[in-house]
Amino acid sequence: MIKVNKAETIVKNRHEELGLSDQDVLDMYTFMLKARRVDERLWLLNRAGKIPFVVSCQGQEAAQVGAALALNRDKDYVAPYYRDYGFVFAWGMTIKEMMLNNFAKAEDPNSGGRQMPGHFGYKKLRMLSHSSPVTTQNPHAVGIALAAKLKGDDIVSFVTFGEGSSNQGDFHEAANFAAVHKLPVIFLCENNHYAISVSLSHQLACEHVSDRATGYGMYGKSFDGNDPLAAYAAVKEAADRAHRGEGPTLLEANCYRIMPHTSDDNDMTYRTKEEVNEAKKHDGVLTFASYLRSVDVLSEEIEKDLEERIRKEIDEATDYAEKAPFADPDSVLRYVYEEKN
Amino acid sequence: MPVISYIEAVTQAIDEEMNRDENVFVLGEDVGKRGGVFQATKGLYEKYGENRVIDTPLAESAIAGVGIGAAMYGMRPVAEMQFSDFMLPAANQIISEAAKTRYRSNNDWSVPLTIRAPFGGGVHGGLYHSQSMEAIFANVPGLKIVIPSTPYDVKGLLKASIRDNDPVIFFEHKRAYRLIKGEVPETDYVVPLGKADIKREGTDVTVITYGLMVHYALQAADKLAQEGISTHILDLRTVYPLDKEAIIEAARKTGKVLLLTEDTKEGSVISEVAAIIAEHCLFDLDAPVRRLAAPDAPAMPYAGPLEHAFMVKPEQVENQIRDLAEF
Repeated sequence: MIKVNKAETIVKNRHEELGLSDQDVLDMYTFMLKARRVDERLWLLNRAGKIPFVVSCQGQEAAQVGAALALNRDKDYVAPYYRDYGFVFAWGMTIKEMMLNNFAKAEDPNSGGRQMPGHFGYKKLRMLSHSSPVTTQNPHAVGIALAAKLKGDDIVSFVTFGEGSSNQGDFHEAANFAAVHKLPVIFLCENNHYAISVSLSHQLACEHVSDRATGYGMYGKSFDGNDPLAAYAAVKEAADRAHRGEGPTLLEANCYRIMPHTSDDNDMTYRTKEEVNEAKKHDGVLTFASYLRSVDVLSEEIEKDLEERIRKEIDEATDYAEKAPFADPDSVLRYVYEEKN
Repeated sequence: MPVISYIEAVTQAIDEEMNRDENVFVLGEDVGKRGGVFQATKGLYEKYGENRVIDTPLAESAIAGVGIGAAMYGMRPVAEMQFSDFMLPAANQIISEAAKTRYRSNNDWSVPLTIRAPFGGGVHGGLYHSQSMEAIFANVPGLKIVIPSTPYDVKGLLKASIRDNDPVIFFEHKRAYRLIKGEVPETDYVVPLGKADIKREGTDVTVITYGLMVHYALQAADKLAQEGISTHILDLRTVYPLDKEAIIEAARKTGKVLLLTEDTKEGSVISEVAAIIAEHCLFDLDAPVRRLAAPDAPAMPYAGPLEHAFMVKPEQVENQIRDLAEF
C-alpha cells in the first residue's frame, strides 16, 4: 500500500510488507516509548538521589523491540544484556517490575535487589540471569540451544551484547561452538559505537561486527539499529533459519548510545556534544514515530493518549517501588546453595 | 564385591547416571570417540551416541559456559576439563556464573552442572599437567569441590555430584586412576557431599588430608603401627565447603594434627583446616598443628629429580607423624 503524507511525498508502507499489522507496529512503538520514558525517569530519580545508579538504553530501543517481536514470546529463550530495557518490556516485564529492579527492592523478580539494575533474569519469562563481566551469557545461550536440540524442542535461543563484548573470548568460543554444532542461536550485537569511552575504531579493525560471522562459518548481517522494522526483519530471518536447522546467525544492529555509559560516566571527556546531537537526529524513537504518522498509524490523539498512559504507569510504578520494602538483611545468607524443604 | 580401579569407578558412575536419567550428558575435549585422554568416558560414546557424549571444540570457557546454559535448561551436564591445569580459561564461567547464578537470581535459576577434572602430580606431567587447582576455587561460595581418594568414594560421590542441584567441581587424581583399586558395589549408591570420612581410626596422631595423599597417610600409618604409633586419618572428600564438625572431632581425638596436601602450601585447603582447628580446638591440642605440602614454587617441574623434589613423599609423611607422636 502506498500512502501520500502531508508533505506530499510518497511513503511506502514497510510494515505490511513484513506481514505486520498497524496494531503490531503501534505495539512496537509503545514498547520503544515505554523504554525511553522509563529510562528518562530513571535519570531523574538518580539525579534526585533516589536511586544510586542508572545504565541507559537510549538509542537502542528500536533494535531491541524489533528483535523481541520477531521471536516467539511464548517459547523462545533469551539472554538480554544490561541495556535491553526495550527488549525486556517487549518480552513481558512490566514497568512496575523494572522500577522494583532499579530501586533494588525485595519484590524485584530479576534478583530481589541483589544485582545492580539492568542485570535481568526471569525464569518465568525464560530469560536467563546474567552477570557484569560481559559476554559470559553467550555460551549460556549456546547451552540452552544445545539442550533444546538434545530434547527435540523446536525453540530459538537469543542473546544480545555490545560491540566491545564481541572482542571477548566467550564471544568467540560461543559463536564457534554454536556454528560447529549448528545450533539455533541468534547472536545480536547492539553496536552502540562506544565501550564506555573507547570508540568503535579502537575496538574492531573490521568494518562490521557481523563480518566476524564468516570466520565461524555462520550467516551474518548488519542492519540499521534505529529502525525496528529492519531489526524485526533480520531477527525473523535468523529465527526462520534456526527453525529450518540452518544453525546460528550473527546480527549487528548499528545504534548509537545517546546517554553516557552509566550515571557514573561523563561522556564529554571522550566525545563531543555535536556528535551526540547529530546522532539524535536519527534516534529510532523519533524516526519511527514519524514513519507511523506518515502511514496514519499514529495520530496526535493516539500519541497524547499513549504518553499519558505511560506516564501514569511510570508514576504508579515509581511510587510503588519507592515504598516497597528491601529484602530482609538476614536473607543475605540465603540461596547460596539449594535449600531443601 | 568387585574390585575396580579409580578410573573405572568414574566411568561406572557416569554410565549409571546416564542410564538412570536422560538429562545427563557428557561434554568435553576428546570425550567421545577417543573416550577421553585418560579413558574416563570409555565406551560411553558407543553406548549413548554422539548426542549424549559430545566432543567439543578445544575451548574450556565454552565447555563450562555451554554446560551452564544446558543446566539452566534442565539438563545435568557432566563437563570434562582434560587437565585441571587447563581450567583457568573457564574460571570466569565457573566463579562468576555457575557459582553465583542461584544467589544472584534469588533462587530463580540454578546450575546443576558437574565439572570433572584430573589433577595432581607424580606422573611426569611437568608444570601444566600436575597442578592441584582446588584452592583457586575453594574460596567461592556457591561451588562444591569434591576430591575422592578411593574407587568406592569416586563412584558414590560422582553420582551424588551429578544428582546435586548446584555446581560441583569433581577433581580426580590422575595418578590414582590406575594405581588405586578397591571394592565397589555394583548396586546404586551415593556418598553424600560435604561429609568427611575416617579412613583409619587411631589414638596418637590425626592426619587430615584428601586425594592421593590419603594413601600416603595410610601407608605411613601401617608402617608406624609396627612402631606402636596409632594414626587417625580423616579424608576430607569434599574440600569446599569443609566438614567442620568432622575436622574438629578428628583434631580433638588425638590432640596432635598433621595436615597434608600435595598442593603448594600457602593459601591451600589445609590452611583453612588449620584455621578451623585454631578457632575451635586450641585447648585440645598437645602439639602445634603441622602442615606438610608442596613448596611455594609455581608448579611441579618435568625432569625426574626435580619432580621428586617438589612432590610430597611417603617418607616425609611417615617422619612427620612420628615427630608429632614423639612431641
